[in-house]
Amino acid sequence: MATLELNGLRKRFGDTQVLRQIDLSLTDGEMLVIVGASGCGKSTLLRLVAGLETPTAGTVRLDGRDITQLDPSARDIAMVFQNYALYPHFSVFDNMAYGLRIRGLSKAAIQARVDAAAAMLGLGDLLTRKPRQLSGGQRQRVAMGRAIVREPKLFLFDEPLSNLDAKLRVQMRAEIRRLQRRLGITSLYVTHDQVEAMTLGDRLLVMHEGRPAQLATPMEVFEQPADTYVASFIGAPAMNFLPAILTEHGAAARLDAGPTIRFTDGPRAGPEGMALTLGIRPEHLTVGDPQLRVQVDLIEPLGSETLIHGHLPTAGAPPMVIKVAGRAPASEAIAVGIQAEHLHVFNRETGMRKAPGA
Amino acid sequence: MNRKPDYLTHAVLALGVVLFALPVWLVLAGSTQESEAITRGDLSLIPHLSGLPRYWQVLTEGTRGAEPVWHMLAISSAMALCIALGKITISILSAYAVVFFRFPLRKLAFWSIFVTLMLPVEVRIIPTYSVMAQFGLINTFTGLWVPLIASATATLLFRQVFVAIPDELVEAARMDGAGPLRFLRDIVIPVSGANIAALFVILFVYGWNQYLWPLLVATDPSLDTIVIGLVKMIGIDSDTDWAAVMATAVMALLPPVAVVVLMQRWFVAGLTEGEK
Amino acid sequence: MDRRTVFGGWLLPVLLVLPQLLLTGFFFYWPAGEAVWSSMTSQDAFGEGVRFVGWDNFAELLADPLYLESAVRTVVFCGAVSILAMGLALALAVFADREVRGRHAYRTLLIWPYAVAPAMSAVLLLFVLDPRVGLLGRWLNRMGLDWDYHLNGNQALLMVVMASAWKQVSYNFIFFLAGLQSIPRAVTEAARMDGAKGWHRFRTITVPLLAPTTFFLLVVNLVYAAFDTFGTINALTHGGPGKDTETLVLKVFRDGVVNQDIGSSSAQSVILMLGVIALTAVQFRFLGRRTET
Repeated sequence: MATLELNGLRKRFGDTQVLRQIDLSLTDGEMLVIVGASGCGKSTLLRLVAGLETPTAGTVRLDGRDITQLDPSARDIAMVFQNYALYPHFSVFDNMAYGLRIRGLSKAAIQARVDAAAAMLGLGDLLTRKPRQLSGGQRQRVAMGRAIVREPKLFLFDEPLSNLDAKLRVQMRAEIRRLQRRLGITSLYVTHDQVEAMTLGDRLLVMHEGRPAQLATPMEVFEQPADTYVASFIGAPAMNFLPAILTEHGAAARLDAGPTIRFTDGPRAGPEGMALTLGIRPEHLTVGDPQLRVQVDLIEPLGSETLIHGHLPTAGAPPMVIKVAGRAPASEAIAVGIQAEHLHVFNRETGMRKAPGA
Repeated sequence: MNRKPDYLTHAVLALGVVLFALPVWLVLAGSTQESEAITRGDLSLIPHLSGLPRYWQVLTEGTRGAEPVWHMLAISSAMALCIALGKITISILSAYAVVFFRFPLRKLAFWSIFVTLMLPVEVRIIPTYSVMAQFGLINTFTGLWVPLIASATATLLFRQVFVAIPDELVEAARMDGAGPLRFLRDIVIPVSGANIAALFVILFVYGWNQYLWPLLVATDPSLDTIVIGLVKMIGIDSDTDWAAVMATAVMALLPPVAVVVLMQRWFVAGLTEGEK
Repeated sequence: MDRRTVFGGWLLPVLLVLPQLLLTGFFFYWPAGEAVWSSMTSQDAFGEGVRFVGWDNFAELLADPLYLESAVRTVVFCGAVSILAMGLALALAVFADREVRGRHAYRTLLIWPYAVAPAMSAVLLLFVLDPRVGLLGRWLNRMGLDWDYHLNGNQALLMVVMASAWKQVSYNFIFFLAGLQSIPRAVTEAARMDGAKGWHRFRTITVPLLAPTTFFLLVVNLVYAAFDTFGTINALTHGGPGKDTETLVLKVFRDGVVNQDIGSSSAQSVILMLGVIALTAVQFRFLGRRTET
């Protein structure tokens, strides 16, 4: 059980600034999920905490102790790897016991810890098998078991579910969450999958080009994305963006496509005519409201709901996606209305969220 | 798919088998017969069981002007084992250093080893001899094998094998607290077991089959390998004891062939994977 | 060639590469350097004196008809051994790749000669082809064919070619078979769907896909024929009759070890080294720097 604090962490590889400035603190027992597209620096961040890379600047503190320069094995941290990284020539038991043996635990203590972890993970019958005799899900469990037996202060997960098929991934996701809660071990979890991020994290850190784009609870990130990047990254299908300008002394926005929409949550500060980007999620568009005319390109029925891909009739207009319950109307153009209470307002120049009054 | 036996294939393969087996069979049959009969050309293709004691005689006493065969077999075995194990050892160590560490002049070290791939012993006979003389290694057992373990082939193969070990495995071991030597012993060597086995076969055969090198550095008959001894025996033009030569040939063939056949599975995979 | 995760420190790795570096230095670079140096010197006929003569030894060699003859002979010999050993191996590999009963036994029976020493292959073939004790050799003479490679230079060359190729077939067989087995089934099946049959399919699909293997083997076989066959030739003919089977390596050995002409022998060694380096360079050029991956 421990807290983790990152202060001013930076990492440069040659001329490439991979991590620009990370400040972060995890409370005891918290599960923080780091999410972002590939190349955003999330794996580097994890490896800095693990001690597999050394930061260019900044400190890592675990439970108040500065561990920035410590060897990985001296940090009291365990890690679950993307490809499991099981030792191919060791049995399941030896895979879990290896780190404990190096630490010089007694035979009996090792046996007790491995047995306990195996029971917890349902690996009891597989202890003598070699990794190649296991299914993907079982290997995943062994990798978790190897981390658990160490009884570390901190768990690190590096995209641990990305090699599993969709069904198993859902199952293991729930299992990881349950285990982490039960053991109460502070965890950092890296993923590129936004569903995993939403469901697993106590808090999310969305990363973009080496910078933290937003750090908040999953629902906050979803409901009040800090910028257009976060808004487009979290939520599927992705949010629609429409260009607009500020009007009516900040009380409304006029879409380039025509209509003016009044803000329901209060006026925005800024000069008349300021360039804005309005964001609206596909499920927050209403078909049948004659606010906008949308040209339909493609209809994707998903069963319980339907996705309509289309675009505004103006030249060069961005594509739009509308999610409707049930079937979609069969026509080439549809009337679509924006649910103003779900509107997200961004500064078009900076991409940052524009909250009421700001 | 037709299930009719493929006669053409069987014929071609059988022909190939005979092409290789015939000389060996001749030698095997001849080794049990009288030398006079062989010289006369009355070599029968059927071995005579009565001739088997000749093996014991050749093994313990040898023939005129040659060491007993057991002694030559012992030298060959020791030489082949030392070459195989020595080369595997230094190659694992150097490949491990080059792959798993960053140290000054690492690339230079690698390339200076790599370049020797292009210099077989045969092209530097005389100067190597003079260097050996300066080390006092002429007519010593050390001189027979130590210079032969320096070549780059095994180092390159291990480098290839080690590079293929996933980074995550190294990281997992580091998180588990394994230091570099422990990682080498517990993970790298066991994981490369099949490659080590394959290389052992290749190098054992390489060591056993050396001819020019021992001919050059060991003129003392007590250091004669079995291959050297055998060629010496046929060198005596007239009055060769052919049956003894044949029995010696059979015993010279047996160890390397046994190693190749018994370890065929690893050897074939290791050879084709490593050389390409 | 770089991995993401490495261990720290520099003393340990230096200690680990040191044994090999020392051996390489003592037994490769030092002799190679000495070879280059001696190749430019000449020993006084009478005294201990060693004289620097520059390129004289090379010039002498290249003007020496005996050396040039030996060079041509070596090229012919290497070409003949490589073609024979590779041709036979390819034929056997193509058939061993088919799904026949007992193919594993066939493979073992075709692979074992890999273990035979070059000098041993000479002894084995002697018992087949020697005009006096060889089974086939005697038979040829009985049939009225004048077969004696101890006396006839062309027959001697033929004999050493056969003995050298005989031993190398199984090495090539192993690689050709591996090459054939690595051709994806889907490719052969697609060719069958396209109607390619038998010989035509072999020529248009198999041969091109085997090209890298073939090229690799060609270089290996040339190097084998040029150097490793020393044992075979020395055991069978000692380079004779006359100098009819004296390849360049035998000549280096004779001039250096037997005749003690260090300068000329070293110059010959240097030329051979350049030859091997050129061959290896060509191989890397065409096989796309495989060591770098």
